[in-house]
Amino acid sequence: MTTIGVLALQGAFEEHIKMLERLGVRAVEVRKPQELEGLDGLIIPGGESTSMALIAERWGLVEPLRRWVHSGRPTWGTCAGMILIADRATGQKEGGQTLLGGLDVTVNRNYFGRQVNSFEAWLEAPILGPEPIRAVFIRAPAVTEVGPGVEVLATLPGKEGQPVAVALRKGPILATAFHPELTDDLRWHRLFLQMVTEAQEQASAPAER
Amino acid sequence: MSPEKENGHKENGQAQKGTFAVKAGLAQMLKGGVIMDVVTPEQARIAEEAGACAVMALERVPADIRKDGGVARMSDPKIIKEIMAAVTIPVMAKVRIGHFVEAQILEALGVDYIDESEVLTPADEEHHINKHKFTVPFVCGCRNLGEALRRIAEGAAMIRTKGEAGTGNVVEAVRHARAVNGAIRQLTTMDEDELFAYAKEIRAPYDLVKQTAELGRLPVVNFAAGGVATPADAALMMQLGVDGVFVGSGIFKSGNPAKRAYAIVQAVTHYQDPQILAEISEDLGEPMVGINLDTLSEAERMAQRGW
Repeated sequence: MTTIGVLALQGAFEEHIKMLERLGVRAVEVRKPQELEGLDGLIIPGGESTSMALIAERWGLVEPLRRWVHSGRPTWGTCAGMILIADRATGQKEGGQTLLGGLDVTVNRNYFGRQVNSFEAWLEAPILGPEPIRAVFIRAPAVTEVGPGVEVLATLPGKEGQPVAVALRKGPILATAFHPELTDDLRWHRLFLQMVTEAQEQASAPAER
Repeated sequence: MSPEKENGHKENGQAQKGTFAVKAGLAQMLKGGVIMDVVTPEQARIAEEAGACAVMALERVPADIRKDGGVARMSDPKIIKEIMAAVTIPVMAKVRIGHFVEAQILEALGVDYIDESEVLTPADEEHHINKHKFTVPFVCGCRNLGEALRRIAEGAAMIRTKGEAGTGNVVEAVRHARAVNGAIRQLTTMDEDELFAYAKEIRAPYDLVKQTAELGRLPVVNFAAGGVATPADAALMMQLGVDGVFVGSGIFKSGNPAKRAYAIVQAVTHYQDPQILAEISEDLGEPMVGINLDTLSEAERMAQRGW
């Protein structure tokens, strides 16, 4: 059975676990390095990226998480999680903050402003089908620079009218600036599980040539 | 409510601010975290570096409000703005119960959450703020399930126990968390007829009572507050079933605020792991002195405020 870990240092990890369970997948909370063993995929949830990074540092999780993401294991970061798996982040706290990196993008923390500017919106994401999907943005980041090979899955109009990326994918890494775990729509979680299955098939396929 | 155009077309980026999902959603992001009272930008930075998921910007912590007496009001906007500028995590601030103009001012400042708080002197002895009218979300205190659901009916998107602020004594927070969660456990065994009667008894709207019974928990995030002073206190509240913890006077009235704040953050993540709790509870310096509640008169009890 596929097992997905959800980083449970701080934030909305229970919500992701419930969504995964609705899809019939085993979901476990990850707080310590050894809890990464045996997982087929990892979700880094929404919350405060500064809190999560500081707690991860204290319990020796930063390097194991980095190895996880950089070795191409399936990873999905939502909101704070997206910030943590970005190679570059602007709008960091004074003195900067620890990032795991792995996804070649520049993410702007709190791009859409403070809580009074948080919003729900319809989002066109062709990868999920023609029907737009409801997305909840909470003090949300946005991606303003995308590296080579990163596929943009959805955009919103940015501050200067230019589109900014709010959902992206590269290989087995998925990133969303919003919170599919706060809605009833399971399509993003299905997409991630599909990416996990593809990664499993690739790993078990006999080496070519 | 979905912002669809009249023809039902859902256009990319068509946005709606201040919906209940957006308000309650921020509280969901704060779960498993610690929200710390701070009175200066420097304290806010210490809280952020300790891993706080948000700060509460105040002029005085509850222990000092108690000591100083007099009328306690919303903080000076200047202090709140300085604290907002100092950190990247969400900033909350308190208004007096029923003082909707103080709330309008805080919304205009752009604070991320408003605490309609019994720690300040109430401005209205009958009405709480109609929180539906605001874009900014509110958190409110409660002592029991009825009070929690009345606040949610008024639009609160997050609940906390009242505890007894500024005492460093966790006994009231425990009482309130047990009252709320015990009542919810009872609810889940009731049939519909009993739910109607129970809603009347606790003076809460039937729809919210029914929703709570179905969910087996409050429909919004519920934090502990009022008397948490140690990592063990924080983990105790988490094991009693709250989603996170507010620490007020407990941090900056202690001997080593940075170390204690950091330890309480770790305790909320690892609340079920006594080995880790033992490790982080070591050598934290003096805790805040604390007050025994039987020495407080009825008038000195802040938790009584709110209707």
